[in-house]
Amino acid sequence: MTEEIVIIGGGTGGSVLANDLAERLEAEIDAGDVSVTLINDGPDHVYKPVWLYIPFGLREPEDGRRPLRELVDNRIEIRQGRVTEIDTEAKQLTTSERVSPTHYDHLVVATGSTLAPEEVPGLAEGGHDYYSEAGALALRDELLEFTEGHLVLSVIGSPHMCPAAPLEFVFMTDDWFRKRGLREDIEITYTYPINRVHGNPHIAEWAQPLMDERDINTETFFNGEEVDPESQTLTAMEGSEIDYDLLVSIPPHRGVEMIAEAGLGDRGWVEVDKHTLEAEHADDVYALGDAAATGVPKAGSVAHYQAATVGQRLASEVRGQVATAAYDGKTICFIETGMDAASFVEFDYQNPPSPVSPSEKIHWSKLAYNESYWLTARGLI
Amino acid sequence: MTQLDIEPAKTVDARGAACPGPLMDLIGAIRDVDPGDVVVLLSDSDRSLTDVPEWVEEAGNELRAVEEGDDHHEIYVEKV
Repeated sequence: MTEEIVIIGGGTGGSVLANDLAERLEAEIDAGDVSVTLINDGPDHVYKPVWLYIPFGLREPEDGRRPLRELVDNRIEIRQGRVTEIDTEAKQLTTSERVSPTHYDHLVVATGSTLAPEEVPGLAEGGHDYYSEAGALALRDELLEFTEGHLVLSVIGSPHMCPAAPLEFVFMTDDWFRKRGLREDIEITYTYPINRVHGNPHIAEWAQPLMDERDINTETFFNGEEVDPESQTLTAMEGSEIDYDLLVSIPPHRGVEMIAEAGLGDRGWVEVDKHTLEAEHADDVYALGDAAATGVPKAGSVAHYQAATVGQRLASEVRGQVATAAYDGKTICFIETGMDAASFVEFDYQNPPSPVSPSEKIHWSKLAYNESYWLTARGLI
Repeated sequence: MTQLDIEPAKTVDARGAACPGPLMDLIGAIRDVDPGDVVVLLSDSDRSLTDVPEWVEEAGNELRAVEEGDDHHEIYVEKV
């Protein structure tokens, strides 16, 4: 009997894991003892960090897309289809395209995040985002023509992908408008749900003075509850109200619906052991990346490091050995602080982040990493 | 464990949360529940003991109870 490992989702976590398993289990796969299948709902792998640069006219959506087949080892079966149901008792999958296998011995959920702007009345009509290809393109149309008025960046969703990106966006817009001589005619306001400008206190303490220096208004304890696109007003659940000319939001996020239906966790986030990444409510199911509720950021670096943990654990299990690999919460993020400077943070469950002084060198490191990311997806770095 | 006579509609386990932080997780949960429901936040960050009550007051919700523990704290918030 061939042991079936199925990965749902071909984003950073799913792709890195597939390549990791192709290497670790090369002998078993070649002998026909193990089969690894990656199921994705499209032909492409999408690298989302590219989207931050689209509104400024610096990147195109296709810069963040490559065919999965070019990135994933040939030992891995790739199936295109959407998994609509997971029966964790029978270990069966139902898919929209009737892809095989329908049975799994080991399942990895790497289904990522989706946006749910409809949860906030008026947001889909009144707001823009750069957390999707379509959103980033629509925002580009607005931003390139925006020459005066009030730009509001409101973090509404929590948790959301890439916790650094809202800070990056306001730092970049500030610098971009200054360089174009427009900043005096444009007011920038940043709103955040809690009593500081970032969830992590160390990053918030670092970012607040930078925002003050640059005349970026901040509104904290602001949880957007309703948008009125007619009067161009954003109202918070705390009762305050902001008028805007251009609203850019981080909309509410969800995972995919079938996760809740399978009893794996709420809102599409799989409840997992934060170290082993095993699902709390099912056997032989792992989750990683955005789909796993670990409390660490929903970021590519997290998915990357978690993939190594899951790969090692699955290899141990397939070989009948005790799985000992554990994820330590490791996260790394570049944080753009303008159009040509950036900072960098690294942290884990035990050690808090300490952002380094912004520099041009780090900015170029970020851009260089974005180009070399495709080697990460291929499992090479 | 708590001996309180409060039945939370939802539990938010933010123990070990580095980022975006326990309060963010709590706010997300409060959005999802109905008025009158209680959400309990499990947090091992001492900062939650000040952050959470401050937000609860700002947002006009009700702090039902705070159970401080050596390992983690349990904070009960009712959505008004």
